This record gives sequence, structure tokens and C-alpha cells, in this order.
Amino acid sequence: MARTVTPTGAGSGERVPPLRRRRRELPWPLNIYQTSVGKKYVMAVTGIGLLAFVVVHMIGNLHLYEGPTQLNEYAEALRDLGGHLVPRTLILWVMRIGLLAMFVLHIHSAWSLKEISRRSSPKANWVSGNKRYAGGQDYVAVNFASRTMRWTGPIIGLYVLFHLADLTWGWWLGGDYIRGDVYHNVVESLSSLPVAIIYIVANVALSVHIYHGMWSAFQTLGVNNPRFNHLRRGLATVIAGAILVGNLSFPIMVQAGVVA
Amino acid sequence: MSAGNGHQATMRLKLRIWRQAGPDEPGSFLDVDAHDIPEDCSFLEMLDIVNERLMDDDIEPVTFAHDCREGICGTCGVMINGRPHGPEKATATCQLHMRKFRDGDEIVIEPFRAASFPVIKDLMVDRRAFDRIIESGGFISAPTGTAPDANEIPVPKDVADFAMDAAACIGCGACVAACPNSAAQLFTAAKLGHLNVLPQGQPERWRRAEAMVETMESFFGSCTNHGECTEACPKEISLDFIAVLNRDYLKAKVKNRRLASQT
Repeated sequence: MARTVTPTGAGSGERVPPLRRRRRELPWPLNIYQTSVGKKYVMAVTGIGLLAFVVVHMIGNLHLYEGPTQLNEYAEALRDLGGHLVPRTLILWVMRIGLLAMFVLHIHSAWSLKEISRRSSPKANWVSGNKRYAGGQDYVAVNFASRTMRWTGPIIGLYVLFHLADLTWGWWLGGDYIRGDVYHNVVESLSSLPVAIIYIVANVALSVHIYHGMWSAFQTLGVNNPRFNHLRRGLATVIAGAILVGNLSFPIMVQAGVVA
Repeated sequence: MSAGNGHQATMRLKLRIWRQAGPDEPGSFLDVDAHDIPEDCSFLEMLDIVNERLMDDDIEPVTFAHDCREGICGTCGVMINGRPHGPEKATATCQLHMRKFRDGDEIVIEPFRAASFPVIKDLMVDRRAFDRIIESGGFISAPTGTAPDANEIPVPKDVADFAMDAAACIGCGACVAACPNSAAQLFTAAKLGHLNVLPQGQPERWRRAEAMVETMESFFGSCTNHGECTEACPKEISLDFIAVLNRDYLKAKVKNRRLASQT
């Protein structure tokens, strides 16, 4: 060919520099968290812990259908966990602190991984962190759940704050909030249509998040065996579906007047 | 579709080809009316024809990477209509034939994109970040000397097949190009997996897992398990290898390497 092309810049022999250089390595096991595979591992383990909480919380809330006495007794039983062996509410507080720690780690790992991917992807936008092709990209495998993890996550985070302010701290129920009367507070809160809508939207987001998150956790933890790989998607669908049905039933049933 | 002289069917395509003078230069699309393209030519041969015509018009030809043109070297690879290596499954760009498109189609051709795949020129990207990953651990230390007897080390058939599935990776970079996070997990998992599952790879298994993953992370994004890479892979490398990578990396981080027998 008459016209040869002389490569410039990166092609002229200089190396492609790493995007990130390793900072000082922390002592074990903190050095695991310094890597993105380690962060994913923490995200998966805390995700499983939070998922366990969500499942137990949903099942516990089903006491709503038994009536006020049973639901309030269930709430009292939670405060009284451990019976007379430990001070009252101690175990509850240990679990709350554990949950808070899992939340913080889950959010921090998600945030830092998002930043790593954003810096590795040209033209990545702020929240989704996906790169952009000038001619557009034709996705094949991604699904709605996997693409929206970085949206459903913050929605769930905000919802948890709202949920605590609503039913634990009783910020806007005001005089209608009766401390210790869970049944009354739940029905009072969910009978307001805007509040019911917030609960419905947030719980749809939660189920979508779990649908991808649970399958993803198997993969991240290296739980991969051709004997049961075909069950992983199914299990994620069943659990996400169960949480969706259970959690949506509460605002819908209160709004429908079935629970009053 | 017009049958030219009754010999070979040809097609007319509207191409939008990414042109970029250098890594830091702004790029833009060049619109090309590609007429009389034989149906049976490959995608790269189609680009050859386009380049010949561009040169006839005194326009600089489009730069693209290619070598073996038989789908085994991993040198070629462009985004074709938003998919790495185009719409055909398990097909590298060189093995994609124009008969897979229809007469009159618009085809958008863009380079693979990732921050660690800087564009050298037009459709050619610098994939040497992959070489850094291989250098850090994608090898075994083999004794030299006389050639060992075949089958000296017994390898179960399932293991050999699994390792071979990973070894099929040609290192083209389609996985990184397809990944919304620009993660190189599938490439690294394939290069790590085909050694880590075989007996020959065991002595360096844990050191390899640590080194390759950490080198990968210094160049590429973080995997979110979308699965887009497997779909784009011309060799259909399975996501299962990414699970193997995750597990081996974490094991490597807690392993007492003085107890090599307890793996």
C-alpha cells in the first residue's frame, strides 16, 4: 500500500498506563476490601444479610392479618428477645447495629465500585455509570433489574429512612402515633393514599433489586456448580416474588379496608 | 439485492464508520455509500473494498486491526451496530459475512471502547492492558528438558473439557467492549481458569489468582454480573469462569500457601 499509516500516541511504543495504582496495602483482612472483587464479596455477603432481614421482616409483618393483639405481642417479643437472660431490647439493639453496619458496607462498596466502573468507561454518566457508544449500544443480556441496580438501591435507601421516620419515630403521624401500638400506627399510616403509594413503589424497587442482587450474589461468591446452576435464577425469582407479594399486600389491604 | 452479471449477488450498504486521527483527537462518523459489495465477502473484506475506493478518491483509508482472518487470533474486532463483532453469535468480525446483512442496511462501525483501550486510530484500539494481565500470571512454570510423555499427568475428561472451553479465549476484547462497566472479568477469568483448573496450573494457582485479578483491576471496571460479555464473546466463554475467578481470588487471599497439599 502506498500510503502507510504512522500510529501516534498510544501506538508509538508507550505503555497504556493503569487507571488506578494500588495504594498502601492494609493488613489482612482489610486488604481484601481494597480490591473490587473483595468489595463485591462484601456487597454479596451484606446483601444476603439484608435479604435475610427483609424476608424475616416480611414474614413477621404477616401478624398484621392476625389482629392487633398478635401483632403488638410479636413486636413486644422482638424487644424481649433473649427473655430474662439479657437486658430487655439488648438483642434487638445488637441486631439493629448489625443491620446498620451491613447497610453502610453495602452502600459504600456499591458506591466505590460504581466509581471504579465510571472511571473505566468513557463518557459514563453519573448514576448508572454505563459507558456510551456514539452509535448506541445494542444490549443483549442485560435486563431491567441489572441495569437499574444503581437506581433501585438509592430508592430503597431513601425509603428505609422514610419508613423509620414514619413508623419508628412517628414524625408525621404526630398525635396519631402511639408508641408500642404497632397495629394502630401501621393502619393509621397506610390508610393515607400518598404513603401507601410510597410503600408500593419502594417495595417494587426492592423486589427488582433482589431479583438481580440475589442471582448476582451466587456469581460473586463463586457458588457455581453445573448441577444446580439452573436453579439460581429460579430461586432469585421466587424469593423476589414472595417479597413483592407479601410487602405489597400490607398497603393494598389497608387501602382496601380489609385491615382496619 | 441485484444479481451482478448472474455471477455473484451484490449489495449496497450505508456505512457510518468512526474516524479518529489519534488517541486524544476528537472523532466523528464518516458516511460511506458502499455499493456493489459481494454478498459472500467477509466484513473485513468489505472494509478492504471500501478502503480501496477511498484511496482511489485520495481519502486516507480507514485503519482497522486484523490478522489471521479465520477467527482464531483475536486481532480484529469492532462494534457493528452497537454489538462487538456484530449481530452473529459466536462469530469474530473476520468470520462475519455480508450475507448476514440485507441490501440497503445501515451499518454503524465503531471501535471497542474502554478507558484502558485507547483508540490508536479510527477502529484500531490499543489492547496492551490485556498483555499486562497475562504477564502478571497467565502462564505456568514448566520444566524444560526432554519433552514429557503425552498423558503423563492424568487429567479427567470433564476437567480437560472445562479448561479447553476457557482456553478458547482469543483475547479480542469484545467482553470489555460489551460491558457497561468496562470490566475485563471474562477475559481474565478465561485466562486464569484454563490454568487454575488443570494439574499443571496448581503450583502457581493462588499467586496467579491474586496477581491477575489485581492487575486487571488496575485497568478495568468492576463486574456487575450483567452477562453482556458472554453474549458478545466470539468463543462463547461462560460466565461460570467468572465465578471460578471470584472464588479462587478470595481463596487466594486467605490461603496458607505453606500447606500446598490442602487445596
